[in-house]
Amino acid sequence: MNVGSLAPLAVALPFLGAAIAFVLIRHPRAQRRVSLGTLTITLALEVWVLAVVWNSGPVAVHLGGWAPPFGIVMVADQFSSLLLVVSSAVSLAVLAYASGQGAADGEESGPVSVFHPTYLILVAGVSNAFLAGDLFNLYVGFEILLTASYVLMTLGGTGSRIRAGITYVVVSVVSSLLFLIAIAMIYGATGTVTLADLAIKLGALDPGTQHLLHVLLLVAFGIKAAVFPLSFWLPDSYPTAPAPVTAVFAGLLTKVGVYAIIRTETLLFPTDHFNDVLLWVALLTMLVGILGAVAQTDIKRMLSFTLVSHIGYMIFGVALSSVLGLAATIFYVIHHITIQTSLFMVTGLIERRGGTSAIMRLGGLAKLSPILAVLYFIPAMNLAGIPPFSGFLGKLGLLQAGVANGSPLAYVLVVGGVVASLLTLLVMARVWNRVFWRSASDAEDPDPVLLASAPIGEGGRSMSALRTSKHVETTEGRFAGENEVPILPKMMVYSTLGLVALGLAMSVFAGPLFDLSQHAAQDMLARTPYIEAVLGSGAGTP
Amino acid sequence: MSINMTLLLVMGVLYAIGIYLLLERSLTRVLLGLMLLANATNILLLTTGGYAGLAPIFNKNIPATEFNDPLPQAFILTSIVISFAVTAFMLSLIYRSWLLSHADVIQDDREDLRVAKQDLYDVEEDSEIAIEISDFHENDQPLESREMIPEVTLKKSTTTPSAHPPAPKDLS
Repeated sequence: MNVGSLAPLAVALPFLGAAIAFVLIRHPRAQRRVSLGTLTITLALEVWVLAVVWNSGPVAVHLGGWAPPFGIVMVADQFSSLLLVVSSAVSLAVLAYASGQGAADGEESGPVSVFHPTYLILVAGVSNAFLAGDLFNLYVGFEILLTASYVLMTLGGTGSRIRAGITYVVVSVVSSLLFLIAIAMIYGATGTVTLADLAIKLGALDPGTQHLLHVLLLVAFGIKAAVFPLSFWLPDSYPTAPAPVTAVFAGLLTKVGVYAIIRTETLLFPTDHFNDVLLWVALLTMLVGILGAVAQTDIKRMLSFTLVSHIGYMIFGVALSSVLGLAATIFYVIHHITIQTSLFMVTGLIERRGGTSAIMRLGGLAKLSPILAVLYFIPAMNLAGIPPFSGFLGKLGLLQAGVANGSPLAYVLVVGGVVASLLTLLVMARVWNRVFWRSASDAEDPDPVLLASAPIGEGGRSMSALRTSKHVETTEGRFAGENEVPILPKMMVYSTLGLVALGLAMSVFAGPLFDLSQHAAQDMLARTPYIEAVLGSGAGTP
Repeated sequence: MSINMTLLLVMGVLYAIGIYLLLERSLTRVLLGLMLLANATNILLLTTGGYAGLAPIFNKNIPATEFNDPLPQAFILTSIVISFAVTAFMLSLIYRSWLLSHADVIQDDREDLRVAKQDLYDVEEDSEIAIEISDFHENDQPLESREMIPEVTLKKSTTTPSAHPPAPKDLS
């Protein structure tokens, strides 16, 4: 039996874990173990599938035993199995981080116990979207992850989360409806929703119809991926969610949209109808996003804007529709999932340590907590694209592909990419200067913990002990009723450390990773390996 | 294939009203708009299944014009379930929003407004950089009396050559 046919378990296992975690809702410790265990097993399985697919090419699983164009099919090709592995690794790290936070703050009795099952459902939805071999299953995957994300976004039901959550839900529902309309029209036009079948049949449609369907899909996925004119919702809603939730959303959810765009562009509509439009969109996404980041005074909001900006790079690579461009995009996607998530996790730690995420009010953290400084500095420089890191390699690949394309517009994009990268460095360095480097007394209205001159061992002394020793009232009541709350719980620091290390590993093993991206890109642009895996050999050649 | 005009008209009207309601600021209307849009989309899916009013039963003896495609109906079923869940969740959000703020309208992002109104001048970034006199300056001074002289401040006012950039509020 082929191991690749175990791929659907990547969806089924988290669902099973979610069910068990839901049963254990009154036993938070057991719940944590179940969810961490489930994700670990899933990750191991996905690594295995990736190893198989890496050697043997795409694997299709026909669920229920129905013949290809009719039944539901799940496809694991190199691109999707690579994304599966990275997304599971990232979500495992975030889950460990969230568990550390929950264990430390003693949220045993709160409504937060719904977090673990919902989180696992979110992971199942993401995996389903990556594996989906037909448009409708992709839609279902999107809906699973979106519905779980609605719950996670409004966790606790505070005023600001409800306000941001409503915007998020409405925007997401509208994008899902657009996607559903597109599916209805595509089914009406071709009589199939299987991606591999569509790849053959869409080309036979009249060009006007093709344009309409193409634009509908791009708009629907563009909202999810937060591409420029459709990105307004993201910086508004992401920062209000709890730190681990923002981290996983930033890493995974927009990338699912990017994944869908890449599939649409390579598999369904390989002829370049809209490549110029996409290039313009990519340019505007990069520049408008990063200019938004420059104006922000809160780390989380600033990071949300850089997230939008860096989606532009991925669209840039897709729009070039060359092997190098697509390979660089694939590399950039997995790099960005890891880095953006670890930055949001560090911001959660900064917020815990410094009492706020407003840049103005922070200072002196490099002295107070050197580990935080290291944890911030590495992914920040990585995101900005400083040479030894994977961010630099991904950007370099994109710029090379842009130059190889040679059209004036591609050169404009190359310049835009460099500018956006420099501005990213600017905002990252500004956070570094203010939050870590300057003295805490220079900050505007700093939290009393920052001014405590006595050196504190991380996790050794507790936040409340510190506060009482300095005779400071806990004004926000964050730690009311808790006697011993470690400032930086070990599990949170270690999980962040793990993810930062994963980001570094991507720089070290960039060679093999880029090779894999290149193979995946070749297969995706050739289209036949994917189509033949689903429909049987000989189907791909017209 | 012929298409049922009534269904199409109903669909168009539902889309029109749905989009109109979606653009309102009241949350309940937005929710109603979303529900209408979802139903309009369901009708769109239904029309892709073939002639209206036929049973979705396949039998080899029945000619293709005599039965309906069952797949769009399965799609509709899925989409109904999903929109049901989302509607229930939206209702609870709206209720919570009403409990918290007694408002049934979409509220502005306060942080966004604050950022939009903030001063363009940033003390730490935009103030003039003080220039240190070099040790190798021709009018070399002993170390103790070396001063920090902001270049531009000198042009404006010669009274305070050692003016620092405006210091942030000292709270310690």
